[in-house]
Amino acid sequence: MAETREISAARRRWMLLAPALAILVFAASGPLLIVIMYSFLTPGDYGGVIWSFSTDAWFNVVAERDFFDETLSFSDAHWSIFWRSVKLSLMTTAVAFLVGFPTAYFIATRPKATRDIWMLLIIIPFWTNLLIRTFAVMEIIRNEGVVNSVMIGLGIIDEPIQLLFTEFAITLGMFYVYLPLMVLPIYASMERLDFSLVEAAYDLYASRWRVLKRVIFPLVKPGVIAGSILVFVPSLGAYVTPRVLGGGKQLMLGNLIELQFGQGRNWPLGAALSITLLAIVMIALMVYVRSAGREEVSHG
Amino acid sequence: MARSRSFDVRRQAGFPAVAITCFILLYLPIILLVVYSFNAGKSIAIWEGFSLQWYVSAWENEKVQDATIRSLIIATCASVIATSAAVMAALATTRSPKFKGYSVVFAMINQPLMIPEIVTAVALLIFFAMIKVATGYTGLWYLILAHSAFCIPFAYMPIRARLQGMDLNLEQAGADLYGTPWRVFRRITLPQLWPGVLAGAMLAFVISLDDVVITEFVKSAGQDTLPTYMLGQLRRVITPEVNAISTVLLAISVALVIAFYLLTKSGKPKQGDVQ
Repeated sequence: MAETREISAARRRWMLLAPALAILVFAASGPLLIVIMYSFLTPGDYGGVIWSFSTDAWFNVVAERDFFDETLSFSDAHWSIFWRSVKLSLMTTAVAFLVGFPTAYFIATRPKATRDIWMLLIIIPFWTNLLIRTFAVMEIIRNEGVVNSVMIGLGIIDEPIQLLFTEFAITLGMFYVYLPLMVLPIYASMERLDFSLVEAAYDLYASRWRVLKRVIFPLVKPGVIAGSILVFVPSLGAYVTPRVLGGGKQLMLGNLIELQFGQGRNWPLGAALSITLLAIVMIALMVYVRSAGREEVSHG
Repeated sequence: MARSRSFDVRRQAGFPAVAITCFILLYLPIILLVVYSFNAGKSIAIWEGFSLQWYVSAWENEKVQDATIRSLIIATCASVIATSAAVMAALATTRSPKFKGYSVVFAMINQPLMIPEIVTAVALLIFFAMIKVATGYTGLWYLILAHSAFCIPFAYMPIRARLQGMDLNLEQAGADLYGTPWRVFRRITLPQLWPGVLAGAMLAFVISLDDVVITEFVKSAGQDTLPTYMLGQLRRVITPEVNAISTVLLAISVALVIAFYLLTKSGKPKQGDVQ
C-alpha cells in the first residue's frame, strides 16, 4: 500500500517535471551534445559540415597548418584572442570588485528602511536590456560623445581621444553591464554581517583598514567569490559588448566563435572553440563550488 | 573613553564616495540615452531642442513595427510556456523530500544561467539548421522554444521561493475534505502561489524581450526582433531613432521590474530570491 503510494508519487513528480525537462533537453542541453559531435567533422565549403571524421578543428583551436609545407605552428591570432578574453575579463572582475565592494558595504550600512530602495537601484539596470546599456556606453565615449566634448570644453585635450573600439572600451562596457552581478552577492553576505564583531575589533585598538582586512573581508568572502565568478563567467563569453564597443577590431572569444559560423565558414572550428570556452567556464565554476564548500566547512 | 562619541563603527573612509560614484555611473549613460531620444536634431551628441520626431519616425518605420510585433509574440508565448513548465517543475521539486536525481534536475533547470549564451546560441544554430533541412519549417517556433528554454530558470526561481514559504496545512485540509489533487491545486495552491507565478512570468517576459545573442543566431532571414534590429542598425549612421526605441524598451523593463519588486516584497522574499 505504502509502496504503491510512493511509486505513484514518483510518477506524478516526473510527469510534473516532464514539460520543463523536455523543453530544456530540446533547446538547451541536447544541442550541446551535437556541438561536440560537430567539432570532429570536416567543414563544408559553404558552411555546415561534411560527414567525415577529422580532428583538424581541435588542432586549429591552438595551432595553424602552414598552407604550403603543412607544418604546424602556434596560431598567434587565436592565442591573442584567448589572451585578450582572459585579460579583459580579469580586469573587468577586478574593477567591478573595487567599485562593487564599497557600494555593497555602503548599502548594507544604510538604515533598514532605505536599503531595499538602494538595492532596487542596483537591480533595475541589471534587468534592462544589455544591448541598450552597451549602446549607452558607446554614445558616451565616442569621439563626439560626452566624455570627449567635456574634456575638450575644459581644455584638457585639443583633439578627441579614440576611446571607442579599444580594449579600454570593452572593459568599461563589461564593467558597466556586469557590475550589479558583483554587488548583489556581496550585499547578501554583508547584510548578515554581525557588526558587534567589528566593534570588538575597534575595542581592541584595530585600525579601520585592519578591521576591513581582518574582520569584515573574511566574513563576506563567500559573497566576493560568488560575485567574481558571476562577473568573470559572462565576461569571458561576452559577445554583444565586444562587438559593439570593440567594433570588429578587438575580437574576444565570443566574436571569434561567431566568425566561424559567418564569414569563416568553419563550423567545426566554431564548435571546438565553443567547447573550449565552455570548458574554461566549467573549470571556473568548479573552483567556485569547491571553495564555497570549503568555506562552509571551516565556518561550520 | 578616548574615543569621541560620534565614532561610527560602520564608517569606512571613502566608501560612500565610491558608492555614490557607482550609482551615478550606473545611471548617467542611461539618462543621457533617454534625453537624446527627445533631440530635435539628427545627432546623438549635440542637443538641438526638444522634439518627439524620433518616436514618430520609429513608430512609422515598418521594420520597427514588424520587429516589435515579433518581439511581443515571442516574449508572450515564451513566458507563458516557460512559466507553466516552471510551475509544474517547482511543484515537483518543493513538495516532496529530496528525491533521486534531484541535483541533476536542478542543474538542468539552471543550466541556461551557467552556460555562456554564445555556446547555447551556436548549439541551437547547428541543431535547428538540421531540423530546418529535414522538415522545411522555418517559422517562429524555433525562436519561441529557444526563448522558453532560457526563460525557465527565471520563472522557476520566484515560484519556488513562494512555494517554499507556503503553508502546507491548508492543502492537507483540502485533501482531507476529499478534494481531488487538481481541485486542491486550483482552489488552494494556485491562489496562494499567484504572486510568485506573476513575478516569474514577468521576469521571463523581460528576459525574452531583451535577448540578443540567441535570437541573432537562431532567427531565420527576416525574423528580426527589436534587439536584433537595433544591433543591425549599428552598421549604419545611428540616429536618435535607436534611442527612442531603446527608451520604450527601457520603460517596459523598468515598469515590469518595479512591479516584480512590489509583488515579491509583499510575499517577503527569501534569501537568493531576486537575482
